[in-house]
Amino acid sequence: MKVTELIYLTGYQLKEKLLSRGLTAQEVVEGLFAHLDEVEPIVRAYLLLDREGAMRKAREMDARLKKGEGLGLLGGIPIAVKDNMCTSGLKTTCASRILENFIPPYDAHVVERLKEADAIIIGKTNLDEFAMGSSTENSAFKLTRNPWDPKRIPGGSSGGSAAAVSAGTALMALGSDTGGSVRQPAALCGVTGLKPTYGRVSRYGLVAFGSSLDQIGPITRDVRDAALLLQVIAGRDLKDSTSSDIPVPDYLKEIEKPVKGLRLGLPREYFMEGLNEEVRRAVEEAVKVYKKLGMAIHEISLPHTPYAVAVYYIIATAEASSNLARYDGVRYGYRAANTQNIIEMYSRSRVEGFGREVKRRIMLGTYALSSGYYEAYYLKASKVRNLIGQDFSSAFESVDFILCPTSPTPAFKLGERLANPLEMYLSDVYTIPANLAGIPAISIPCGFTRENLPIGLQLMARPFEEAGLLQVARAYERETEWHLRRPEL
Amino acid sequence: MQYETVIGLETHAELLTETKLFCGCLNRFGAPPNTLVCPVCLGLPGVLPVMNKKGFEMALKATLALHCRVNQFTTFDRKNYYYPDLPKNYQISQNYLNLGVDGYLEIKYDGQEKRIRVHNVHLEEEAGKLIHTEEPGADYSLVDFNRAGVPLLEIVTYPDMRSLEEAEAYMNTLRNVLLYTEVSDCKMQEGSLRFEASISLRPTGQEKLGNRVEIKNLNSMKAVLKALEYETGRQRESLEGGGVVAMETRLWDELRERTERMRTKEEAHDYRYFPEPDLAPVVIKDQWLEELSATLPELPLARRNRFVTELGLSDYDAGVLAEDKAVADYFERCVSHYESPKVVCNWVTNDVLRELKERRLEIKDFPVGPEMLVELIKLVETGAVSMPVARGVFVEMVDTKKKAPQLVQERGLLQISDSAELEGIIQAILTENPNALTDYKKGKKTAFTFLVGQIMRKTKGKANPQMVNELLKQKLEAS
Repeated sequence: MKVTELIYLTGYQLKEKLLSRGLTAQEVVEGLFAHLDEVEPIVRAYLLLDREGAMRKAREMDARLKKGEGLGLLGGIPIAVKDNMCTSGLKTTCASRILENFIPPYDAHVVERLKEADAIIIGKTNLDEFAMGSSTENSAFKLTRNPWDPKRIPGGSSGGSAAAVSAGTALMALGSDTGGSVRQPAALCGVTGLKPTYGRVSRYGLVAFGSSLDQIGPITRDVRDAALLLQVIAGRDLKDSTSSDIPVPDYLKEIEKPVKGLRLGLPREYFMEGLNEEVRRAVEEAVKVYKKLGMAIHEISLPHTPYAVAVYYIIATAEASSNLARYDGVRYGYRAANTQNIIEMYSRSRVEGFGREVKRRIMLGTYALSSGYYEAYYLKASKVRNLIGQDFSSAFESVDFILCPTSPTPAFKLGERLANPLEMYLSDVYTIPANLAGIPAISIPCGFTRENLPIGLQLMARPFEEAGLLQVARAYERETEWHLRRPEL
Repeated sequence: MQYETVIGLETHAELLTETKLFCGCLNRFGAPPNTLVCPVCLGLPGVLPVMNKKGFEMALKATLALHCRVNQFTTFDRKNYYYPDLPKNYQISQNYLNLGVDGYLEIKYDGQEKRIRVHNVHLEEEAGKLIHTEEPGADYSLVDFNRAGVPLLEIVTYPDMRSLEEAEAYMNTLRNVLLYTEVSDCKMQEGSLRFEASISLRPTGQEKLGNRVEIKNLNSMKAVLKALEYETGRQRESLEGGGVVAMETRLWDELRERTERMRTKEEAHDYRYFPEPDLAPVVIKDQWLEELSATLPELPLARRNRFVTELGLSDYDAGVLAEDKAVADYFERCVSHYESPKVVCNWVTNDVLRELKERRLEIKDFPVGPEMLVELIKLVETGAVSMPVARGVFVEMVDTKKKAPQLVQERGLLQISDSAELEGIIQAILTENPNALTDYKKGKKTAFTFLVGQIMRKTKGKANPQMVNELLKQKLEAS
């Protein structure tokens, strides 16, 4: 089997090949790194590669296969991890100078689960610093490029993970999604990205940005892989009090069920001005596919949608201002040199250690929580957040799933929106509401623009209805071939 | 003009849990620096807190003991401020929905009972500790995070105290309540109990409160009282001179015995409280409250009053006994084996407490258990040993852990109550001391005391004193 075929398999397919002894895990890893050495200089998805660790794990897998032993759910599948999830003994930087040399003494819960499931962790992927951004341009270390057009951004903040899966330098990846950071880069890179229900996946070891919004999710080549990876990472973790003990279903089994008779809602607020025409058309075509599959299509309204971005930028920044307070140079991370006193040490370490966007958000959040402004900003935003949640719960009384675009536009050019943060913030206008409401949402490929840029379709579901969400996404995938297209690098 | 002092107190008590509030590290005092730490209590990137149920329950128990209304839907908040001993640079605390509100503590001072209202009781995490090196010219300090994350209970009163004495009674009573409910060891020298005071003055009869000063850095109850006394004087002088007391926070300087301005109201921290997203709200079911209420012990003041009304002790003695739950328990176990509480009270408040103090023992480690003490008391009651001998025997019991009858036997300390034997001894003493007899006849009463003393010396205190008195009198009158 040729390297180029190998690296574009799905994880699910690869595992079957390993189990049937059609190839070895070492061949996979060697092939993957050979491909990576060619394309990574263009894509630049990784901040850190663990070649040795990956090869060691591959040898272990092969030894076990040779003995006729079984493998874990992710046995032998090369996976990339966004660099804001702690990996014991491997640097975890959040793409920030302030954590440039930070080596965690522990694994994030999801990383533990990956290891237990026999995944082969390839490395740590690039992101917007502390996951704050929509283009991965806020990384302190490198610019990641969109494999479909290296002049364009891969989306963000999980841009490295999405680009790696798209470029064939990882078969699967983990991203984190606070306001769209899994779904938007997945859409822009032509891959699948799932943000689970808040509480479905443990956040322990995920470096916090907006704690009430953050959720880790799979970025994969197809829906079946998303189900497989979710299967491994979902479930109660005693170290995260906000993780849920609702039982985790067998996703792989659930997703093959037919969708006939299920009700799909199209929220009119998501199809108004600001939506790129090509994206609109691709999404409308997707609706036709569902109609053909026998789903009932309804127009619905989520009336508080226009406030979502504003609410998000108060709540997420408020939480971030507090979450990022610990980076002070006292115990770990960057400490400015030659300071005269503790205040100067704090302030210079943070001024020198954080990038522009992070500082901007810390200031916004600090302001929103300040005495005299708390009620007008944070409290008000929390109330509107509840209203947005109620929009969804009443919508889900009449429909089972909601369909809309993932991103209002396809991938934009590097640097295009850097000068205008507000415009950048609007990249997440369709993804933010699911975070505010805590509901699961997925982005799957649904077409390409004339310039051959991927377009993403977003589906949302009731809390803890990941199985149904994946089922509906899978039904579309079976009818279309968008997810099979690969970028030429 | 007469001024009235108005005092409020804030108390921090470390809870006596096995482990810290949000992680599994041990909650212990005195371990080598930074040995009781983990990623969670060090605030490493990505960690999350998990509530220690036992710690929460202890806080709830104290809340009930302080008669608070419990918020059965209680939430945690982040208090944001930068300090090197605070790993996350925010403290997980409570601000919007405190565990308990509107309670009270009953104090007794000068025979008067008074309710000091409790504004709120809330649970939070302890910070680490800065260690300032003594190295000359050092440009750094060290931090010990062993204490970081230890559960801390904060109890805030209304400004209900009107004198230093009331403040003192409040502190003592609160300490006893926390000891009684076994939620804190209240060791001020180890920092597990700390106070902050607020004080203002107003012209007597005026309703409106004066400007309030908060005092920090109070390391003992004595320091609290000294600082309050100093502040009373300082504020009175200022007011009498026509000045205004500034609303500010002041630090107590232990060495110079005075307070100094720390920050003005304008410089006060903005803690930017907001709900802690990493902890789910705690819903306290009725059943949990009922079960906990049932485990609450009788509180110190109620016990003290019961000792007076039911056991007939003086209020003073009752107070001494009730002050320490273990001592009061000891006393009550003695009383359950012996019908005269007053006699037991004398033994406990004099002999037992003295030995505890001298030997620096806690009553749980005291070698003479309640049953052993009662055995000794009964020997006195039956006349087998005299009181002075019994006191000596008691000390020996503490030394040797032996029981009273055994010691009395071994040492031949049985009281001489045989009249024939006593008469013989008296006769011998009279023969040896003819002058005393003469003096007595001349009306010198001291001669009688002298003779009793001689008899006691001869019998090594074993002579039954009452019988000696009677027999000696008869003998002297007859001769």
